[in-house]
Amino acid sequence: MNRRALGLLAILGIFLLIFPKIANPYLVSVATLILYLAYTGQAWNVMMGFAGQLSLGHSLYVGVGAYASAALFSRYGIGPWAGVWLSIALCVALGAAIGFLAFRFGISGVYFALLTIAFAEFTRVGFDHLDWTGGSGGLFLKVAQRDQIDLANFRGPPEMYYYTMLFLCALALWGCSRLLKSKAGYYWQAIRENEEAAQALGINTFRWKMLAVVISAAMTAVSGVFFAFYYNNLFPEQIFHISRSIEIILGPVIGGVGTLFGPILGATVLTVLSDSITELLAQFGWEIPGIKQVFYGVVLLLVIMFLPNGIWPALSRKLGLGK
Amino acid sequence: MPLDLVANVIIAGVLTGMVYGLMALGLSVIFGIVRVVNFAHGEMMAVAMYAAVSLFAAFHLDPFLAAVPIAAGFFVLGYLLQAGLINPFITRPEHSQFMLMVAVATIMVNGMLMAFGPDARNVQTDYQLDSWEFGKIIVDKPRAFAAMMAIAASSALFAFFRLTLTGKAIRACADNHLGALVVGLNVKHLYSLTFGLGAACVAIAGCMMILFVDVTPGLGPGYTLLAFIIVIVGGLGSMTGALLGGVLIGLSEALAGLFIQPSAKSMFGFALLILVLLFRPQGLLGRRP
Repeated sequence: MNRRALGLLAILGIFLLIFPKIANPYLVSVATLILYLAYTGQAWNVMMGFAGQLSLGHSLYVGVGAYASAALFSRYGIGPWAGVWLSIALCVALGAAIGFLAFRFGISGVYFALLTIAFAEFTRVGFDHLDWTGGSGGLFLKVAQRDQIDLANFRGPPEMYYYTMLFLCALALWGCSRLLKSKAGYYWQAIRENEEAAQALGINTFRWKMLAVVISAAMTAVSGVFFAFYYNNLFPEQIFHISRSIEIILGPVIGGVGTLFGPILGATVLTVLSDSITELLAQFGWEIPGIKQVFYGVVLLLVIMFLPNGIWPALSRKLGLGK
Repeated sequence: MPLDLVANVIIAGVLTGMVYGLMALGLSVIFGIVRVVNFAHGEMMAVAMYAAVSLFAAFHLDPFLAAVPIAAGFFVLGYLLQAGLINPFITRPEHSQFMLMVAVATIMVNGMLMAFGPDARNVQTDYQLDSWEFGKIIVDKPRAFAAMMAIAASSALFAFFRLTLTGKAIRACADNHLGALVVGLNVKHLYSLTFGLGAACVAIAGCMMILFVDVTPGLGPGYTLLAFIIVIVGGLGSMTGALLGGVLIGLSEALAGLFIQPSAKSMFGFALLILVLLFRPQGLLGRRP
């Protein structure tokens, strides 16, 4: 990263810090969603972008993370600051179990991706029938007063959620940039590019792939906790659904898999795009159900066809920002 | 539990499973030969089901007859989809192919939503509730005909791949992509033909499925996953494996619906997929790569 990029990053950081002061509540909620998707995409990127392990079942970690904290809170009144550790622990255990099974039995590529889908879908149907968390009827958190900050229980005005997500995003960006330059990061990239060659060089590919899965799962667990306390309701049909996994990976794929800024840029572009399509169609009075997603699909198709490496690599070359 | 009830459920499960098998055969052909993960497979079937509903509503065309023009149309569309969109993605990484198909699937699902609305549609044939009775054993006529149609279509596909020169050339592409290029096969054309054939299979399966399943725009993703489960359980690249996998899944769903809650039946499919991936990754009838 060169000086120009650092300067731009600083400007962006300051802008994001003062954003809730200058924008209306609607824009703050959109920005919160963008940050949430950017953070979760960053987590997915550790596994796929850095270590080359394609997960199509990240909704599993969002869902389990969300349900664990939400159930502790609604059943026993244990706040999310304690609950988040349970969420992380459960997701790490799940990620480790899936990683262990897959990597021990030599499952990779599409098969690994299908295995991750299978675990997520299995859990979705399981939660549908788990009465302890409300089954398919859903789990609801008491909506707290929006005008006062209750930090202990993570209840408060929308700005609090915005800043939380901004902090998580910044932390993830910093953490990932450190990871990428660490020993693990170089091992992951070697495994991503050519696993056999990496193994021949003496890299314990099993161990490092496991590390990538576990870190990614732990990061995603935190976004699950955020999801639960921000939206206050959880349905297995929604949170574990494969469309949520796809939503997570769209950002990094559009932005640039394996890049640090790709997930952030991709999440921004997609969310802004989807909202402006809604606006535009409303202006024209075309409010047929489904038309928005058709446009969205077409744009997605065009980006994938013409920018195979994502938007960020092309953009950063244009702006002369280095890597 | 009365034994005749169990027997009837088993028969219905096996017959439905054969239609599942035909649907999965389409995916197996595409996935096994073109090596592209067709994540729009179930969505394609839903489109075929809507086509059957529309033809039935407009011309009172029986789904068994409608299957012929719909399959022909799907063959052409599948050929064009592969030739225009997917062929340039053959050398791209898997996640890139996956996103392409997700985009195609998104357009399909919501295009159907725009065209037909969110309500469930079906066809009302006059033999819908007919059945044969052999003592206490009752066999649904629509299911039995659908299973026969599935067997006929699969046999035609088997014959094509075994007996015709084009079929052999397609199998050569799957065995050795580089070798096929070296001997001068037009691989891109053959891939497009393959995708067209896979699409035709799923179109016929859709026309049969509409006899016992109502179609909604959101029906697709579940069947996409089901098709992948069947193909992997049966064994990638094995055509008999896809049919066997279909019957196994149809049977397990029917029995799960009988003994446990019907809504939990898809858990069995996923559990089976996880077990097969772990202990027999080449599938029940597949060869180890």
